[in-house]
Order: sequence, then structure tokens, then C-alpha cells
Amino acid sequence: MAKPAPKAASKPAPKTAAKPAPKAASKPAAKPARGKSVESDEDFALRSLQMAHEDNKRFDASDEQLLHFYEQMLLIRRFEERAGQLYGLGLIGGFCHLYIGQEAVAVGLQSALTEGLDSVITGYRDHGHMLAYGIDPNVIMAELTGRQAGISKGKGGSMHMFSTEHRFYGGHGIVGAQVPLGGGLALAHKYREDGGLCLAYFGDGAANQGQVYETFNMAALWNLPIVFVIENNGYAMGTAVKRSSAETEFYRRGTAFRIPGMDVNGMDVLEVRAAAEIAFAHVREGKGPVLMELNTYRYRGHSMSDPGKYRTREEVQDQREHNDPIERIKKELAERGKTEDEIKAIDKAIRARVAEAADFAENSPEPDPAELYTDVLVESY
Amino acid sequence: MSAPETTNDAPVVTEDTRRLNMIEAINEALAIMLERDPDVIILGEDVGYFGGVFRATAGLQEKFGKTRVFDTPISECGIIGVAVGMGAYGLRPVPEIQFADYIYPGLDQLVSEAARLRYRSAGEFIAPMTVRSPFGGGIFGGQTHSQSPEALFTHVSGIKTVIPSTPHDAKGLLISAIEDNDPVIFFEPKRIYNGPFTGFYDKPVEPWKKHRDSQVPEGYYKIPLGKARTVREGEALTVLVYGTMVHVAEAVCEARGVDAEIIDLRTLVPLDIEAIETSVKKTGRCLIIHEATRTSGFGAELSALVTERCFYHLEAPVDRVTGFDTPYPHSLEWAYFPGPVRIGEAIDKIMSE
Repeated sequence: MAKPAPKAASKPAPKTAAKPAPKAASKPAAKPARGKSVESDEDFALRSLQMAHEDNKRFDASDEQLLHFYEQMLLIRRFEERAGQLYGLGLIGGFCHLYIGQEAVAVGLQSALTEGLDSVITGYRDHGHMLAYGIDPNVIMAELTGRQAGISKGKGGSMHMFSTEHRFYGGHGIVGAQVPLGGGLALAHKYREDGGLCLAYFGDGAANQGQVYETFNMAALWNLPIVFVIENNGYAMGTAVKRSSAETEFYRRGTAFRIPGMDVNGMDVLEVRAAAEIAFAHVREGKGPVLMELNTYRYRGHSMSDPGKYRTREEVQDQREHNDPIERIKKELAERGKTEDEIKAIDKAIRARVAEAADFAENSPEPDPAELYTDVLVESY
Repeated sequence: MSAPETTNDAPVVTEDTRRLNMIEAINEALAIMLERDPDVIILGEDVGYFGGVFRATAGLQEKFGKTRVFDTPISECGIIGVAVGMGAYGLRPVPEIQFADYIYPGLDQLVSEAARLRYRSAGEFIAPMTVRSPFGGGIFGGQTHSQSPEALFTHVSGIKTVIPSTPHDAKGLLISAIEDNDPVIFFEPKRIYNGPFTGFYDKPVEPWKKHRDSQVPEGYYKIPLGKARTVREGEALTVLVYGTMVHVAEAVCEARGVDAEIIDLRTLVPLDIEAIETSVKKTGRCLIIHEATRTSGFGAELSALVTERCFYHLEAPVDRVTGFDTPYPHSLEWAYFPGPVRIGEAIDKIMSE
């Protein structure tokens, strides 16, 4: 392994030098008390979730659950690979941000949500989050190709997809702008007393937007049921976190607002799921927001036009070979007795499903020109 | 709930109808909507405990509780962003931005989220919200407490922009705005909160209570968005105005004895283009007045529309009296303000063509 970028190189035990490694037996309590000799109860509360996660790191999945996680992650992977091909063929235009490598994050977190109750909002790398919901790949792919049958009639495109049915609030193309909306969704959950929470995703790049901290403050001040999820894939477009962030341990960034943080390995769906259960339970108990940092890695460029000059091929290859979330679970399935043929059959079925979505997306008609003027303003009230 | 829910029209005003100033009318509209619709929520800086710097929300938290009317941190982007999320979920937030000059940190949320959510979700999600904000000058606020940024919003498709000029209209328009399913920017001309300023700044200000348009019916009524008001009819000249400038234009035309038809636009988007077109085709002359800076101001849009639609009826070029292309000054406020002298000169010029 040739010398990779510092932060990414150290994944998935990424921060060995900078902070106490969660993997070590010592608890994160080992972090310096910053001059305080006695730790207060509040300080303890800030890291109690992380401690709970350390104590119970991996979700104990049934065979059926494990298989389901595998299928979902594989669907995202194959879907995204196909989207990349369609982009290359000119069938998808504009911007297209692939989720390859990060599959365990959306699948692990969203599998712990209560469907139809909780809300989810994310940024522009949103295909995986929709697929993790079980939304029909046909209408997602057709949105990427800008067709009438797309989930937003082709008017949103790759970055702007929504589903009322699943309480999925998009799909937002402005970096970080979805975070205050997530605060509003959480406020609405609380106001309606419906017991739901909002899962608000953003990236390591968006974590440097001011509005994120406005939302942290309001969420903590009003004790909102929200889980902030920083998907730290190591790079804000082409800028490594160390080049853009004074505090690269993003899970600590809620501390000033008394928001407990969790540092989670986002390359293992079972660790993600286990952490999600702890975080969601905390929020559902009315204890206010949680900030989760999901350490992950994207194999492909930021978008399709990314020349990839900011990291080495070896670094990417190393992640693919040694840290792949799908291979990890595939191996576990084999250990639990799944035969090679059975696993191949799953792969084949998923390839067929994605091929069908691509055909559908390619052959669906484009929107009627009259659609240009619809859905701008609500006509009557 | 006293008025029938089905009507869109304001009840008939009689001599006995009580009189309110604009703040009282706005406060009443908010109270009525809080009462009628449990999804209506008021949030903003100082709006709860304190009741707002201009007192527009005074007493509302006391009456409706802290979950309906609450204070926010000084985080304009966050306030508007949170309101978009609340609206998308099905609530009907009414955020206050304390001065229009403070709205810029929230511009990203208004332009990229509030205005566009409906389009990019193909109608699945909407962001019903009414951003109330005092705007305009005439109070020596200097460049950060006097601006009129309405044209920034009329330029954004997906947002409605409403500007009342009287207590009567403020109440009915605000109720319409809150019930509207689109995001609405509701700019309140703060110079006329307490009385209809006529631009003659050296004369004492007449309080609203003596003005005919301060008669505000009780209970619920709506003034539809997109309907202009003819302030006075005339044959010689059409004057297009909104907000504070309605009263300045009226006073100037009165003082000079000009037979002008003054049209208060009330909402810039949607725009009552029919009323404008009918009037200009009748008079053949058109003067546009606004306080905002001139270049790319809303007057430029109005001028273009009038020229496109009424060109062969015009007796004179369309003219504009506006703020200058400078920051809003502190000490030279009355030089900047498009007051009676400049409006009078423009009228003379347009009538002499």
C-alpha cells in the first residue's frame, strides 16, 4: 500500500494517532478531560452513547436479516454501477453522485427506523438512501434519466428525489441546506407528538456549513427528536478532511451544544445498525438530538466528472480489498452456511432487477413540455 | 371565526367599523390564524416572550402558549430552514425575520429550498410558510435597517411577494398568505406601522386612527393575493405603487391636483396585470414609484410589462421614481427617499409629453 492520504489511510481504524481508538479496550473516556480534574455528569452524558456502542458493537442479526442487508447493499452497488454506465452512454446528464462504498451506512441506519413514522432527509448523494427504503429502482433510475415516469417526473433529477409514502424528504443539491429542514421535520414530529424522529444526513464537507450549527443549537435548545448523521467519506469533493476541517473528529462537533456524539464504523452494516439502535432509543426517550459520525469511504469520484487526482489508486484499492461492506457480509453469510451457488443466485437476481430498471429508464418517455410550468406555485388554495 | 369561512371578500366597512393601526391589524390576523388552525406556528427572534421588536406578536405567546409562539436564536438561515421542514411535514409556520435587512443569511433556504421544493418533488412536497418581515426606510435606520429587497424575491419563481399598505389590507392579506400553500414573503412597510406617512417628513404624522383605511372588520376575512386595489380613480395618469409609497403618491397627486389613477399593487407576485393594463390603456401615461434601488428594481419589470402590453396606448414614456443606486443612507435619508419633490417633477414631465 503506497502512502495514501493520511485520514483515509487509517480507515477503518482511522484516527489512531489523533484519538483513542474505539477498538481498543480502553473506552473513549481516555480522551483528555481538557483540564478538568473531575468529570461532571453532563460530560458523561455526552459520551455515554459512545460507551454503550463500545459495549455492544455489532448488531446480532438473524440469518434472514443478514441476507436482507446483503441484498439491499448489493442492489445499491449494482444500481450505482449501472447508473455510472448510463451516464457514460449519455443517458444520464448533468450531475450524478454514486454511493458505491457507502452502502452500509444507509442500509444499517434506515433498517432501524420505524417506517411510515420516522422521516429522512439527505443531500445530493441520495440514490442509496432511496433504495435502502425499498423504493422501486425503476422510478429512481427513470428520475436519473429525466423521464416522466421518474419519481419526481424527471423534474428533480439525481440530486432531488422525494417520497411522501416513505417520508423521505429529499434529495437536496445545496451542500448542508437540508440540515435545517431536518430540524423543522423534527420540530413537526415533536409538535404533532407522533413519536417519530428525523434522520438528517450530511457529509464531512457540509459539516463546515454555518447553518448546520444553527440547527445543532436549535435542536439541542428545543430538545428535538433528530439524529444528525455525518457520512464522513474522507473527502469534500476533492479536498481531504484534514485540508478543510480544524476538527476532523466530527462526532465531537456537537459537544458545544451538549449533543452526544457517536463514532461509528460505517463500513460494517452490523456496527451501523447497532449504533443506530442506541441513538434512536436515546432520541425516542425524549433526550434530544444525537450526532453520529459514520466513517465510510466512497470508491468512485465525487461526481462523474471527478478526475480523482486528490487520492491514490492504491488507497481506493486498499479500501475495496480490505474494507468492503458487501464482501464483509458475503463472507459472514458463507460462514453461516450459505453456499456459493445461493449467493451467486442472489447476485444474478439483483443484476436482473437493475437491468430491468435501466431498460425502464431508457425506454420511458420524456416529460411533456407542459410539465415545465406545473408545480411552480400551487394554483389555488 | 365570526365571518363565514367560504368568502374571500372582506366584510363591508361602515362608519362604525373600529379602527386599528397596522401593527394591531397584523397582530389580530396572527391571533385569528392561531385560533383557527392548530398547524399555524409563529417563530422568530424576540417574537415570544418579548412580543416582537415592533410588537406585532405582543400577547400571542401568553394566549397560545410556547409551543405555538416561540423565540428562536439569532439564526436567520436556521429559522427559515426549520420553517421549510415544518411546512413540508404539514405545518404552517409563520417565521418573523426581524428586519428585511436580516433576511440574506436565509436567502439560500428561501431560494433553493422553500421556492423550489414543490417543483423538484413534482408536487409531492410543498413548503407553506409566510415569512413576515418589516421593510423599507424612513426611520433613519441607515443601510442595514431600511432596505427594500422585494425584487430579490420577485425574481425567484416559486415564491409569492406581498406588501400591504393599510391596516385593513394587512389583516386580510396576511390571513390569505398564511392559508396559501406556497411560500410567501410578507413585507410590512415599517414606516407606516403607526400612521400613513405621506413623504412630507417635516409635517406631523397623522395616526392611522384618522385614516379611512384603518377601519378593520372584526374576525376572519381574506383579501385575495393577486388583486390590486384602485386607491383613487383618474383619467390623466396611472401611478403604480405599493407599501409606503401608496400614501406618498396619493398625497402628491392630491397636493398638485393631478387627476391620477393610483393603483396599489398589494401583491407583486402574483401581479394583477389586468388592472394595470386596463388603467394604463385608459390614461395613456404611467408612473412607477418604489423606494428600492433603481437598477433591476421591481419598477423595471413593471415598466417592461406596461411597454409590452400598452405600447400603442402610451402618450409618454413610462417613467420611474425610485431610490438611488446607493446603499440606504442615514443622514441623507430624505434625499434618497423618492419623496414629494421628485415625484412631483416626474409627474410634470410625464404630463408635458
